Amino acid sequence: MTQRAFARVVDLEQASVRDLNQALHDLGSDSNATHWQVINPRGRHALAVGLDAEVTVEIDGHAGYYCAGMNKRANVIVRGNVGVGAAENMMSGFVHVHGDASQAAGATARGGMLLIDGNAAARCGISLKGGDIVVKGSVGHMSAFMAQAGTLVVLGDAGDSLGDSIYEAHLYVRGTVAGLGADCIEKPLADRHRAELHARLQQAGLAGQVDIGSFRRYGSARDLYHFHVDHADAY
Amino acid sequence: MDETPRTPPRFSATFTPHVLAEIRRAAATGIYDIRGAGAKRHLPHFDDLLFLGASISRYPLEGYRERCGTGVVLGARHAKRPIELKIPITIAGMSFGSLSAQAKEALGRGASIAGTSTTTGDGGMTNEEREHSQTLVYQVLPSRYDMNPDDLRRADAIEVVIGQGAKPGGGGMLLGQKVSERVAGMRNLPAGIDQRSASRHPDWTGPDDLQIKLQELREITDWQKPIYVKVGASRPYYDTALAVKAGADVVVIDGMQGGTAATQDVFIENVGIPTLAAIRPAVRALEELGMYRKVQLIISGGIRSGADVAKALALGADAVSIGTAALVALGDNDPAHEAAYQKLGTTAGAYDDWHEGRDPAGITTQDPVLAARLDPVLAGRRLANYLAVMTLEAQTIARACGKSHLHALEPEDLVALTIESAAMAGVKLAGTDWIPGQGQL
Repeated sequence: MTQRAFARVVDLEQASVRDLNQALHDLGSDSNATHWQVINPRGRHALAVGLDAEVTVEIDGHAGYYCAGMNKRANVIVRGNVGVGAAENMMSGFVHVHGDASQAAGATARGGMLLIDGNAAARCGISLKGGDIVVKGSVGHMSAFMAQAGTLVVLGDAGDSLGDSIYEAHLYVRGTVAGLGADCIEKPLADRHRAELHARLQQAGLAGQVDIGSFRRYGSARDLYHFHVDHADAY
Repeated sequence: MDETPRTPPRFSATFTPHVLAEIRRAAATGIYDIRGAGAKRHLPHFDDLLFLGASISRYPLEGYRERCGTGVVLGARHAKRPIELKIPITIAGMSFGSLSAQAKEALGRGASIAGTSTTTGDGGMTNEEREHSQTLVYQVLPSRYDMNPDDLRRADAIEVVIGQGAKPGGGGMLLGQKVSERVAGMRNLPAGIDQRSASRHPDWTGPDDLQIKLQELREITDWQKPIYVKVGASRPYYDTALAVKAGADVVVIDGMQGGTAATQDVFIENVGIPTLAAIRPAVRALEELGMYRKVQLIISGGIRSGADVAKALALGADAVSIGTAALVALGDNDPAHEAAYQKLGTTAGAYDDWHEGRDPAGITTQDPVLAARLDPVLAGRRLANYLAVMTLEAQTIARACGKSHLHALEPEDLVALTIESAAMAGVKLAGTDWIPGQGQL
């Protein structure tokens, strides 16, 4: 790996995950250390978690579980794949995974954007609470399960039971959907949804590269918003 | 004799009047009964145990002279800042949403006066709660409602909730009538709709994942905070062992008498095991792993008095937690509201429709008019008084057993009144040398 100029370099063959996270947590608002490079991550877990600073962290290699978990404000770039729960419960900021993501990517994210260049496995965007996820590849089954708010944009295909028990999150899929979950239906792609989709793609650096009209929108039928015995078969 | 003797009407022991009424209710509505609170059926419990007290072979402490310690330290295994409590009685997690803001504040006030902790719930941390709780435990639940790193950092400890005693394996649902604008806002959902709480965590599955999840939480909080793992009592031996393996500082086990805000009655009454049955298997797991007293054990579910506290600690718990009893201390089910309870078709002491949000005591509601009935300062004082009484009661018993600290109580101080309770608690049946079930697991 070529080390980038002006970056603070943390070699995880020499330093521990604890050292890395503590250094990132200790950054003051006036710190000039705004660019960090992590080398030799070797799939370690909990890298760059709990950040709350205007900082860029580049991870050169694969990361394990919960990379960039609960991120606030930071820009985290992973030049590799990530394990379960990447950017889980992210509050704000930007997390860019150049490779593939395992299960539960962006789980419960409340803000910010998670961009995945490759594919995401099952339960991508599970219980999403306001964050935005863009997956350039495909997502696995049960993605956006119980998703409450925010958007999930999938340029590839979606697995079975997409949006099961969904609340108010907006789902946009360009490819095929293997099946929709309980209370999830296809909805018209109105102008405001096109605008929303354009904004998300622009934020992901994909504006103009993808035909917005090729997406289909999915969301809640809102039939399960109040428990009723007549809907028992849906549960 | 003018009349032939007649057989009086006889109710079935199987089809009791309550069972018959439930069949009729189900037939009329097509839906199961949902309610709050914990198991109401008769269960082997702490009432089935007695302390032996000092005798010729045991020397008691002077009740009003000699000190009997009550303090407990939680979370010293990994956390840089363990929690130190004056008493081994904590307040269990109950959500803002299921409880009013006033009730949450009162719990914090009462716990703080007593020198113990209170716990958030499935709805996040409110400022009132943080402000009035000297020691606050922040729950990480499957729903992750209002989960955020700032509250993680301003908490004093973290409790990862796998389950609760009223419904091991079950999620939850806050019905729309309790979902006010404030509650909905904290949960990122529209107001007025039912809010489901998942039964599984969204980003981990199984004990190996849990270990990594705990690592993430420790990294986010710089290894400062103790991390508890809470389970509903069902397989306490294995759950305790797995929680320890995953790195927990504290294991919390909630028996089936532990309350819930809203769950199906059939779930509450038929899933899980009694609190009494959960303690010894958990202690055995800790002992076998060499972690007894290193990883603390908190027991909850039906704790009502200092006697219950002393018995739970004698069986090996480091502390107990109370929920239902704390609400009663605040004013829940108080006969002062009897007229209101009658209008709701119930009576003081039996009111359990906590999910409906019409609590006359202003505790399990989001109705601002009802909630305003609860004075958080007065209610907090009542809770503090109750906690003080429980502590004094437990000390009284411990001194009688010759113990200078509640943690010095031991199973040998107890006997059981029934074979079932003797087997569950692993103590002798009173008047015998028999401990049923020994050698079995």
